Amino acid sequence: MSKEIIGTPQQYEQFCQVLEELKSVPGPVMKAMQSAQDIYGYLPIEVQSKIASTFGVSLEEVYGIATFYSQFNLNPKGKYTIGICLGTACYVKGSGAILDKFKEKLGISPGETTADRKFTLDATRCIGCCGLAPVLTVGGEVFGNLTVDDVDRILARYND
Amino acid sequence: MKEVTLKINDIPVTVPEGTRILDAARKAGFNIPTLCYYKDLTNEGSCRVCVVEVKGARSLVASCSAVVAEGMEVYTNTPKVLKSRKTTLELLLSNHEKKCLSCVRSGNCELQKLSNEYGCDENHYQGVKTPVNVEEYNAYLVRDNAKCILCRRCVAMCNKVQSVGVIGANNRGFNTSIGCAFERSLGAVDCVACGQCITVCPVGALTERDDTQFVVDALHDKTKTVIVGTAPSVRVALGEEFGYPIGTDVEGKMVAALRRLGFNKVFDVDMTADLTIMEEGYEFLERLQDKTAALPMLTSCSPGWIRFIEFNYPELLPHVSTCKSPQQMFGAVVKTYYAEKMGLDPKDIVVVSCMPCTAKKTEIFREDQNASGYPDIDVVITTRELARLIKHYGIDFRSLPDEQFDAPLGIGSTAGLLFGATGGVMEAALRTVYEVVTGKEPPSLDFKAIRGTKGIKSATLDMNGTKVKVGVAHTLSNARKMLEDIKAGKSDYQFIEIMTCPGGCVNGGGQPIVPSEVINSGVDVKALRASAIYKADKKSKLRKCHENPVIKALYSEYFVKPNSHKAHEVLHTTYRKREKM
Repeated sequence: MSKEIIGTPQQYEQFCQVLEELKSVPGPVMKAMQSAQDIYGYLPIEVQSKIASTFGVSLEEVYGIATFYSQFNLNPKGKYTIGICLGTACYVKGSGAILDKFKEKLGISPGETTADRKFTLDATRCIGCCGLAPVLTVGGEVFGNLTVDDVDRILARYND
Repeated sequence: MKEVTLKINDIPVTVPEGTRILDAARKAGFNIPTLCYYKDLTNEGSCRVCVVEVKGARSLVASCSAVVAEGMEVYTNTPKVLKSRKTTLELLLSNHEKKCLSCVRSGNCELQKLSNEYGCDENHYQGVKTPVNVEEYNAYLVRDNAKCILCRRCVAMCNKVQSVGVIGANNRGFNTSIGCAFERSLGAVDCVACGQCITVCPVGALTERDDTQFVVDALHDKTKTVIVGTAPSVRVALGEEFGYPIGTDVEGKMVAALRRLGFNKVFDVDMTADLTIMEEGYEFLERLQDKTAALPMLTSCSPGWIRFIEFNYPELLPHVSTCKSPQQMFGAVVKTYYAEKMGLDPKDIVVVSCMPCTAKKTEIFREDQNASGYPDIDVVITTRELARLIKHYGIDFRSLPDEQFDAPLGIGSTAGLLFGATGGVMEAALRTVYEVVTGKEPPSLDFKAIRGTKGIKSATLDMNGTKVKVGVAHTLSNARKMLEDIKAGKSDYQFIEIMTCPGGCVNGGGQPIVPSEVINSGVDVKALRASAIYKADKKSKLRKCHENPVIKALYSEYFVKPNSHKAHEVLHTTYRKREKM
C-alpha cells in the first residue's frame, strides 16, 4: 500500500478527513467513493486501495462497485465535460454529426479526456429538453438548436 | 424449533421452520436441479434453474432461497416450470463457450448435465456474447470467462470462506464478469492459489493448469530418472475418478498405476511428512526453551497459507516454522541424499509430485527451494491430472492389483498420512513431541479433540509439568482469526497448525470435483475422505514419525540430528513480505 500523498496535498487532506468522518458511519464504502470522486474527479487505483484498506473490504469489492455504477469514473475527467445528447430527437436532428465534429476537433472518443485535461467528451442519453434538439451541455451550461458549424464557437468560449 | 407442514407435488411433508423449499422437496422425494446454489456457500438465486410453482404466488419462485411456509403447495414439475428451466438453460448456453468436446469438465459439467436432461438445443438462441476482458493462463490455474455462468460460487468461496477476496463481479448487466480489481490477472493480485474456486465451479470456467504433458515427456526421456511422490490425501480421493465411493482408500492401486505409467521409482510423501515432524517438532521444542523466540509457532506445510501470510500479515512471519513443506523436503531428499546414495546426478533426476493442491504448483517456483542446486521438485500434478493421465494411458484402474511403494523413500508412518486432514499435522507432531519430552508414549495416540471439521480446534497437553496449548485452524478465514489474535497479543497458543483448504488437503483445490448435487444432498466430503485416513492409521503398525526406520537412517547417515546445519541447508527455507496490489 502506497503511503504517499494522492493528488495535491489539499485534495489528500480533504480525502483523509472524509475517510476519518466516515469511520463511525454505517455502510461507508459507497459514501467514501462518492466523496472521493467529488475531490479527485475520478477514482484512481490509489484512492480505491485506500478506501478498501480504511474500511476493511477488498479492493475488488470497491472496484466492483465502481464499475457497476456508471456515475463513477475510473479515468480522470477534464475541466469541462461536453455531454452531447444522442437521444432520439437530438439524433434525428443531427447530433451524431456534431459529436463527430467534436471527436475530430478534440482528437478523442466519447468517454475520453484530452491530454491537457481540459475537455471530456460524453455521449449522453436524452437529457429531457427535446425542444432544443440537437442539444449539448458543457458543465452546467446548455446549448440548443445547434449545427455542426457551432462547434468551433462553443469550444472558443472555454478558451481559458 | 417450530415445524411447518406443506405439500410438495401433493405429498405432505413436515420440516423445521426456515427450511428451503429445495430441501423440503428432497425430503418429499423430489430433487430440484440447481446451478448457482451450493450448500453453506451460496444461495444467490441468480441462475433461476431451481424455480418451482407455488400456489398463489405471482411468479415462479427460486426454491434455493425461498423458505417454506405452513400450508404451502409447491409443484416442482409443472409444464410452466419445466419450460422455464429449459429456456433459462438455453439462454445460459447462448452466452457460453460451448467447447464441450475438448473441455476438461466434459462429463462432470453441471451445465452440460442439466442441458442434456432438459433436452436443450445449444443453438436455440444466437446473439452477441459478453466480452471477455482477461485471459488467464498462469502457473496454477486457467480461467476462461467465456464459459462462466456467473453463479458466483467462486466469489463466495474466495471472499467468505477464504477471506482472500481477490475476485468479484465487475461491470453491470450483460457486461458483468467475474474478475479481479482493475481487470488484472489472478497472477498479478494477492491470490493465494488455493484453487478452491475451481472445486466449486459448475462449468469449465476455472480449471487447474494441466501439466501432464510435462510428465509424459519426462517419462519418455531415456536420459532421466523419473521419480514420483504422492501426498497423503491423494490416495483417499483418487478412487472417486474411477467410480469408487467418496472416502475409499486406493493406495495400492494408485501405486500400481504409477508404476504402469512408467515411473522409475514410486515414493511416498508421507515419508517426508514424517521428516517434517522431526524438523518442526524439534524446532518447536527449541522455541519453547528460547525466551526470545516467536510463539505461537505456525506450521508451514500449506503453500496457499504461506502466500496468505506473506501478503496479509508479513509482520508475523517470524512465527512461521522455517521447515519446507513435505513436498519440497521430498524433492530435496531425493536430489541430495538419495541421489548420492544411488550415484545419480541430480540434474538427471525429474521429481514429479502428485498433490491434492494447486498452490503446490506455485510453491516449486519459490526462492530457496533448490537444495541440490536444481529445483527440489520439477513438476506438480493434481489428483485430477493424475486420474487424467491414468485414463489417457488406458490403464484399467479398477482391475489393478494392490502394490506397495518402493523402498526406501516410500516408507511412511501413518502419522505422516494424517497430514491429509485438518488437525493431522498437529496430531502427528504431538505423538512425537510428547515422547521426546517425557520419554514415554502419550496416554492415547488418538488426539480426538483436534480431529473433525470444526473451523478452529484446540487441545492442551501436559508434558511432565510443561503445559502446551495447541490450536488447529482450516480455511483462511479461520487462519485470519488466529492471526488477528496473535497480532492483538490475545493468543494463548504455543503451536498452531494452519491448513488453507476447508477440511485440509483431503478437500484441496486439486482434488476430484464433487458435483454440487452431492454436496447439497448433505454429503460431507471432507469428513468421508478424512475417515479413510484415520481408518488406515488405526490399523497401522507404524503410527509415529520418529519410529519410521527411513527417518532413523536419514539422520544417522545424512542429517546427523534434527535442525542440524545440514538439515537447515536442505530442509528449511525462508519467507518474505509480498506486496499486496
